[in-house]
Amino acid sequence: MSTYAVPMLEVPDLIKESGGDTLDLCYQCGTCSGTCPWNVVRDFRVRNIITRAQVGLEGYEGEDLWLCATCNACVDRCPRGVEIVDLVRTIRMIIGESGSLPKTLRAVMGSVQSNGNPWSGDPAARTAWLKDAPVPRFDGSQDAAYFTCCSQAYDARNARVGRATLAVLKAAGVDLGLLEGEKCCGDAVRKAGGESLFQGLAATNVGVMNGLGVKKVVVPSPHCLSTFSKEYPALGGRWDVQHVVQVLADRVKAGKLAMTKQVAGTAIYHDPCYLGRHTGVYDAPREVLGAVPGLKLLEFARNREDAVCCGGGGGRLWMETPVEERFAVGRLREAVARGADTVVTACPYCISMFEDAKTALGMDSMRIADVTEIVADAVEG
Amino acid sequence: MEPRVGVFVCHCGTNIAGVVDVARVAEAARTWANVVHAEDYKFMCSDPGQAMVKQAILRHKIDRVVVAACSPRMHEATFRKACAEAGLNPYLFEMANIREHCSWVHEDKQAATLKAIDIVRMAVAKARLLEPLETRSVKVEPKALVVGGGVAGIQAALNLANAGIKVVMVERQQSIGGRMAQLDKTFPTLDCSACILTPKMVQVAQHPNVTLYTCAEVEEVSGYVGNFDVTIRRKATYVDPDVCTACGICLEKCPKKTTSEFEEGLTTRKAVYRLFPQAVPGKPVVDRESCTYFVNGKCKVCERFCEPKAFRWDDTDKVVHERVGAILVATGYDLYDASALGQWGYGRFPDVITGIEFERLNNATGPTGGRILKKDGTEPKSVAILHCVGSRDRNYKEYCSRVCCMYSLKFAHLLREKTAATVWNFYIDMRCFGKGYEEFYNRLLHEGVKFVRGKAAYVTDQPANDDEKGRLVVSAEATTLGEVLRVPVDMVILASAVTPQPDAPAVARRFGMSLSPDGFFMEKHPKLEPFSTATDGVYLAGACQGPKDIPDAVAHGAAAASTAMALISRGEVEVEAATAQVTEGACSGCKVCQDICPYAAIGFDGPKKVATINPSLCKGCGTCVATCPSSAIVGRHFTDQQVLAQISALFAG
Repeated sequence: MSTYAVPMLEVPDLIKESGGDTLDLCYQCGTCSGTCPWNVVRDFRVRNIITRAQVGLEGYEGEDLWLCATCNACVDRCPRGVEIVDLVRTIRMIIGESGSLPKTLRAVMGSVQSNGNPWSGDPAARTAWLKDAPVPRFDGSQDAAYFTCCSQAYDARNARVGRATLAVLKAAGVDLGLLEGEKCCGDAVRKAGGESLFQGLAATNVGVMNGLGVKKVVVPSPHCLSTFSKEYPALGGRWDVQHVVQVLADRVKAGKLAMTKQVAGTAIYHDPCYLGRHTGVYDAPREVLGAVPGLKLLEFARNREDAVCCGGGGGRLWMETPVEERFAVGRLREAVARGADTVVTACPYCISMFEDAKTALGMDSMRIADVTEIVADAVEG
Repeated sequence: MEPRVGVFVCHCGTNIAGVVDVARVAEAARTWANVVHAEDYKFMCSDPGQAMVKQAILRHKIDRVVVAACSPRMHEATFRKACAEAGLNPYLFEMANIREHCSWVHEDKQAATLKAIDIVRMAVAKARLLEPLETRSVKVEPKALVVGGGVAGIQAALNLANAGIKVVMVERQQSIGGRMAQLDKTFPTLDCSACILTPKMVQVAQHPNVTLYTCAEVEEVSGYVGNFDVTIRRKATYVDPDVCTACGICLEKCPKKTTSEFEEGLTTRKAVYRLFPQAVPGKPVVDRESCTYFVNGKCKVCERFCEPKAFRWDDTDKVVHERVGAILVATGYDLYDASALGQWGYGRFPDVITGIEFERLNNATGPTGGRILKKDGTEPKSVAILHCVGSRDRNYKEYCSRVCCMYSLKFAHLLREKTAATVWNFYIDMRCFGKGYEEFYNRLLHEGVKFVRGKAAYVTDQPANDDEKGRLVVSAEATTLGEVLRVPVDMVILASAVTPQPDAPAVARRFGMSLSPDGFFMEKHPKLEPFSTATDGVYLAGACQGPKDIPDAVAHGAAAASTAMALISRGEVEVEAATAQVTEGACSGCKVCQDICPYAAIGFDGPKKVATINPSLCKGCGTCVATCPSSAIVGRHFTDQQVLAQISALFAG
C-alpha cells in the first residue's frame, strides 16, 4: 500500500458544484480553527477539513465533520469570505448520501421524513401544545401568521415557552393567526446534510403559506428566521419574516406593551447564533429585556457578534457531547460567576441545551428562560 | 461634400478577436452610408497598424476616421497623432470602445459581435458630424507645489529644487518628517531612521529654492495644468518665527500638558511645543486647543520667560496664494484604528500595542527612553507580534500593507537584542520581497525567534490553566502542524493595517483626483504611470497612492518630481480643444451656467449680457451644456447633433 496521500480532485469539484462554491478561496491562515469554540474544550481543526477538501485528501469527511454547530463565528471572521458553514453542510450532504450519517442523526432525519418534525411527534398532534389556549387559525384576515417551531410543538419545555410567547403577543395586541399543515423549517436538516429532505420541507411550507396568502410571518426560533429570510426566498417563499423578539421590541418602542409587574432577579442574556451572527439581531432582545421593570441585566464577556454558541445548531442538538465539552456548560458557569440567577435567551435550541447543562451540573436554583417568559412575568393578567 | 469615413477594427491580439468576430464587424461597416473603407488588423496601435490608417487616409481620401479598439484613455492620443501625420485634423477621429465595453465583459460571441457592430455604427454616426478643432498652447508656471513633508515629499522637493525649480512645500503638522520621523530603526539595514532623515529635512528647509509652510493646509485649487492657483491657509502659531531663537525655555516652563500625537498618546507634550526634538522648523508653536491662556483666558507663563519676546497672542491665520505649474501630492498614510479590531484586544488590554507605538517605545527619545517595557514598568518575558491585523482581510482592508512583515522582523530582532523575551511571530505568509529582505528574514531565523504559520484569531485574558493566569493569551492555528495553539505572553504587538488618510476623499476632490477601491489615490496607470493622476499636472508621491516602504516611497517621490520637471522644462502645454462655446445670440444672460461650472471657467460679458467661457479653464465636461435653459452652449466635439446621431444609430440597428 502506498504511504503517499493521493489527491482526489473530483472531491473539490463535487463540493463546489453542490453548494460549497467558496472552497477555493481559503488561503490556510487558520483563523477559523483559532476562532472555533470547540478548541476551548477539545481539538477541532476547521481549516484541516477545508485544506483536505481543497485537494481531495482523505480525512475531510472524518468524524470531526459532525462537530460543527454551524455557529458562524468562523464565517464572520474569515478574511477571504469562505462560506464555511455552507462547505460543512455540503460535505455532510455528500457523505450522508454515501450512507455514513451518524446514527442519532439517522433517526432524526427519519422522523423528519415521516412525521415532518425531528421529534418523532405525531403530525396530527402538532397543535396539542396549545392546550386550550384560544388562538385563531390563520385565514388571511390577520396581520401575520405564526409559524410553530417543531421544538415548541413537541418538546415539553419549549411548549411552555410557546404558550408564554402567544400570551405575550396577545397582550401586546399583535394580530396573529396560527398556521396549520406546516412542517419543520428544515434548518437543522439542511445543515446536517439532508439537502433533498430540506427541499421537500421547504416546498411544503412554501405551498402552505403562499396558499393561505401569508405576507408576514412571526417565528419563535432564530433557525426558522434564518432559513425563511435567507434560504426560502430562492425557493418561492418571500415573506416579511420577524422573530418574536423583533415584534416585541417594536411594540415596546411604540408603547403598546405594558409591563407593569416587577420582575426580581439578575438575568444574563445569551445571544443565539442564528439570531445574532446569522441574522444580525442583537438590539431587539436587549431592548425588550431592558424595559422589564426591576430586572437587572448582565452581559457575558463574549457577547453579541463575539458570543459563544450553546452547541445545539447544525444537528448537534441530537448528538451526544461529554458534559465537560458542552459549550452551554461553560456559559452556565460563567453566568454563575457573574452573579446571574437567570440565563435568558431567544431560541428553542438554546433553551434545550441550557436546560440540559443545568441538569448535568445540578444547578437547581439557576433559571433558564426565554425572553417571552420574562416578559410574561411582567405583564398583568 | 459628403464625409468619407474609414473604419479600422482592432483584434487586440485575442483580447477583442477572442470574443468578437472582428472581420464581421468590418464587413458590416462597409455596408453603411459614407463608409468608404473598412478593415481589421491584429494590433491597430502598433506601427504597422498606424501606418495602415495613414495610408488609407491618403489612398481613399478619408476625412473621418473611426478606430474600434480599446478605451480613448488608452489610445485616443495615438490615433489622433496618426491622423494628424496624414494631414487630417485630429478631432476628425472617433474611437469606438469594443474591448472594455464589449469583449472583456461578454462571453457570448454571437451577441458580443452584434453589440460591437452597434458600438461601431454609433461611432460612425458621430464621425459623420465631426468638425475640425484647433488646439492651443499655454505657458507653464516654473514652480511646483509639494503637499506633505514626509520622506516622499521631501525627496520630490529636493529633486525639483536641485534642478532649479521653485518649490512650495505645505505641511499640516508643526514639523516636516512625516511617519519616518516616528520610526526608530529601518529595515533591513537597521540604520537609525532619524539619522538618515534629519539631514534631508534640514536640506529641504534651508534650500534657497524651497518655500516651506508648516502648520499649513491647501484649501483650494483652481486652474489647470501649468497654471494652478493654490490657496494655502497658514494656521496661527502665536510665535513669531523671525523673532524666536528656538531656545526652548517655553517648552520647559509651559505648565499645560496634553497628549503627544507624535508619541502616539504614550506620553504628553506641552501646549507650546515642537513635534519632536529634531523638528524642522525648530521654532515652537502654541496649540490653541490645549493652551491654558486660550482655554481659560490667563496664563502666558511662557511669555514671561521668553527673552526675545516672540509670542504674538493676536496672531491670526494667514491665507497665501501661489501660482504653480505642477502639484505633487505626498500626503502619506494613516494606520488602522486598532480599537476597531476587537478580537485582538487593543484598548481592552493595556499591553496590546500597535507597531507604531512599539517604534516609540524602542526610541531613545521616546516615552521610555528606548526601554521596551510593559505598562506596569516591567520588562516582558514573552512577546507576540501579530501579522496581517486588518490587512489581507475583507472584513477590514483587502490589500497587503506591504511593510508589516519586514517591520515585524525588525521588532523581533530589536526585542531579542534589548530584552531576554521569547518572541513569537504569527504570520500567514512572509512577504520579504525587497533588496536584502529575504536575507534579513533568514538572519532572524538564526536569532531564535519563534515563527508560527497561522493568523492569530484572538487575544484573551481569560486563562485556561495556571500558566495563563494574569497573562495575555494568543490563540492561533499553527497551520503547518495542524494544531491550535494557545501561547501565553506579556505583550502583544499588532501589525495593524496601513490605511489611506481619513481625509483622502476630500483631498482627492480638492486636487481633482479619484480614489482606487482601496481608498488610496488613483494613479493614471498602475504600472506605467503610478506617479501621475487623471488630472494633468497633478502627480502622486509616496504612500498616498498605496502602502510603500521607505525605498519605494523615495523612488516614487523622485519619479513624480522628474515627471513634473519634464512638464516645467517643456515650458508650455497643449490644452483641450473640445471645450464649451456660447452661442451669443441664444444666451439670455441668466448666469445659471456660472454657478454650476466646476472649474470656474465661465465669466460674464456685462455690456453684451452674455456668458463667456475661458477655453483654458474649460475641461469640456458638458455640465453647462446640459444645464443651459436656452440651449445656448455647445459642447464642442460632443454637440447635441453628434450625440443624438449616436443614439439614433443605436436604435437603427
